[in-house]
Amino acid sequence: METGNLADVTIYIALVVSTLRMATPLILAGLGGVFSERSGVVNIALEGIMLISAFMGMLISYYTEAPWLGVLSAVASGVLVALILAVACVRYKSNQVVVGTAINIFSLGFTGFMLRKVFEHAGQSPPVTKVADWTIPLIHKIPVIGPMIGKHTPFVYIAIVAAVISNHVLFETKLGLRIRAVGEHPKAAETVGVDVFAIRYLCVLLSGALAGLAGASLSLGFLSQFRENMTGGRGFIALAAMIFGKWTPYGTLGACILFGFADALQILSQTLGLTFIPRDFLLMAPYILTMAALAGVIGRSVPPAASGVPYERQK
Amino acid sequence: MLNKAKGIPVVEMHDITVKFPGVIANDNVSIDLYPGEVLALLGENGAGKTTLMNVLYGLYRPDEGEIRIRGETAYISNPNDAIRLGIGMVHQHFMLIPPFTVAENIVLGVEPVNSYGRLDMDKAVRDVEELSNQYGLIVDPHAKIEDISVGMQQRVEILKALYRGADVLILDEPTAVLTPQEVDELAEIMRSLVDQGKSIIFITHKLQEVIAISDRVTVLKQGKCVGTKETQNTTVEELAQMMVGREVVLSVEKQEAKVGETVLRVDNLHAKGPRNLPALRGVSFHVNAGEIVGIAGVEGNGQKELVETLTGLRKATSGHIYVDGIDIVNSQPRTLIEQGVAHIPEDRQNRGLILDFTVAENFIMRNYYKPPFARGINLDYGTIHTHAKQLISEFDIRTPHENVPVRSLSGGNQQKVIVARELSSEPRLLVASQPTRGLDVGAIEFVHKRLVEQRDKGKAILLISLELDEIMSLSDRILVIYEGQIVGEMTAREATERELGLLMAGGRSKQGLDAERSAVNVQHR
Repeated sequence: METGNLADVTIYIALVVSTLRMATPLILAGLGGVFSERSGVVNIALEGIMLISAFMGMLISYYTEAPWLGVLSAVASGVLVALILAVACVRYKSNQVVVGTAINIFSLGFTGFMLRKVFEHAGQSPPVTKVADWTIPLIHKIPVIGPMIGKHTPFVYIAIVAAVISNHVLFETKLGLRIRAVGEHPKAAETVGVDVFAIRYLCVLLSGALAGLAGASLSLGFLSQFRENMTGGRGFIALAAMIFGKWTPYGTLGACILFGFADALQILSQTLGLTFIPRDFLLMAPYILTMAALAGVIGRSVPPAASGVPYERQK
Repeated sequence: MLNKAKGIPVVEMHDITVKFPGVIANDNVSIDLYPGEVLALLGENGAGKTTLMNVLYGLYRPDEGEIRIRGETAYISNPNDAIRLGIGMVHQHFMLIPPFTVAENIVLGVEPVNSYGRLDMDKAVRDVEELSNQYGLIVDPHAKIEDISVGMQQRVEILKALYRGADVLILDEPTAVLTPQEVDELAEIMRSLVDQGKSIIFITHKLQEVIAISDRVTVLKQGKCVGTKETQNTTVEELAQMMVGREVVLSVEKQEAKVGETVLRVDNLHAKGPRNLPALRGVSFHVNAGEIVGIAGVEGNGQKELVETLTGLRKATSGHIYVDGIDIVNSQPRTLIEQGVAHIPEDRQNRGLILDFTVAENFIMRNYYKPPFARGINLDYGTIHTHAKQLISEFDIRTPHENVPVRSLSGGNQQKVIVARELSSEPRLLVASQPTRGLDVGAIEFVHKRLVEQRDKGKAILLISLELDEIMSLSDRILVIYEGQIVGEMTAREATERELGLLMAGGRSKQGLDAERSAVNVQHR
């Protein structure tokens, strides 16, 4: 890539490709956050779930050389870790933030320990087979657009489709109405026969599955190995995107793409001749935008009323 | 209208017993409900009315007893069972989801779907409109709950039950949040529902409503069934006696007020409320020594903010509050206390008491820092205990001794602790906010007597209450507050419930329903 020539179309292609790559894990995890919080459970453990899933996905792919089996086990381990959160927070009504934080701390230690235990090597795993890229027929042949969106790791497409499906489920189905009801006023939902606990379990597990996919996208999609703390705070940025996107799937999708774009700018700042902006400012962008969103710059950002509040049934 | 004792009862509850840790909430209670009648369930707070209905609606499981629906034994273990049996309940605190629309709230749990399994909100709206027309319950299906009046929210709750095919409706304290006009509308709605074959159980502790609305009445007291009467053949006095277990003086006896100089003068007071919206918008009034001034209004019209600004708990944005001529606006609560302002707060457990402190400690919360209770940096527990014993006997507070935590006292006795503390400081001005909320008839009598006694001693009393009866029977002068402004003033003698109700509703025409109906049409375009 030549440097500094903004008339060169390859720069824009690189920017779009990079934006999508950076946004994908955020989108998947952010959608998980949307489901969990919409049902009333704060899932601050997204970060930890991603990390464990990224590790487990890599591990299975390492042994089986079947990357999709790795993805499957990443999702399964995401669900399993989320189950801990669900049992603690839904069944035993523990403080959701405390349990989530505990899971995050545990994940960092567990994956680091396992890395050393299994591979006797600190820092990173050996390379494993990653999921092969998908090429979208016809589209990839279109000039400019083709190189931008025509060939990517499957996770990019899965993330976009997941956002569309999530929006449909949340706003156009019975289940979605019930999820939102449980997150706003669980007692009201229960009096009309909605099973608050079942909905919350389902949503937390679903968020575990989505965060699991996000984790797999890191170790089996964009890279082909696991690195210690490779999530690097993406779980928290995903939560920020969810807030910025006002707890809606499309809003979250948009926010993740915006955050991914900031990331891409940061990565390509040299090429783009943006060296006059310190990289750190671009790295800050997601957090500053989220604070702005919470402060009401883009209209009121109101969380589901019962988010974070354990539901107690009398008697 | 009276087609009782006809056929088999639609609901029979036999010898229901519900035990909570430490209490028997229902002790062998039996009721029955016949098709097409309105049964009132009357009792004081804590008599077990709501518990009994929660059993019928499947929210609680009874420890003993049998429920029969249309003659057949029923096991109702959750609300779904109740709904399937045609039982619907409108809870005292509405079970509606504020950011959802009326239609979404009504169909939640039994949502219509189209052939692709997609939520069919158009059908939901049509169904709601149809039902709304059939029963004359006017609602706007597209409006969000957070934007509509309490009266309409109640209609939404009733529609919610009807949508599920309920033919037995349980209404828990349906009138508590309504203006007198809305109560009349509700009575009409109930009558029209009964005419269309529904049966209604409604829970209340207001005797007048029992007489006005019900066909039969079952009275509960302390978890036990006292008796069932035909409404025609009973009187308010008889019901009151059944409910309390002794004869009660329902009216407050008081002499002509001997009004003295002005103690409190509020001048063009402005303050903000929730979400930083203006809650008080230029309130001006005065209270003289030796009179009780009542402030009537529907909940949420600025009463809370008024009390808080008067007692130093909320900042006024502008305006003045004079007590004995001294401007005390935005002073610290302690300054106000030393100026002679006493406060009986609306929320006694959160604002009036420290529940885990003893009775004796709660008594000195206004002046613990001063002699005789404080000596230097130490508290003089000897004096504190003597003081407590004196107040306990003077105010007849039922407690084993002064060293028990206030938490263990009953609601009525907790309130007496507050009243004793506030009055024993010999205030100039007493701000009493809902002083009898949640109390039983006996405790209400006590509090009312004390307030009148203070008035006769020349204290200035500002009474804020949502109970119109209380305002009318205690006050010498009545002010009506609506959307943060005083919209009317009259002497208690010239005040009528009708007129007050109109002012409380913002002077809306008596056909509030019509007004709302046209508002709905406008919103609809």
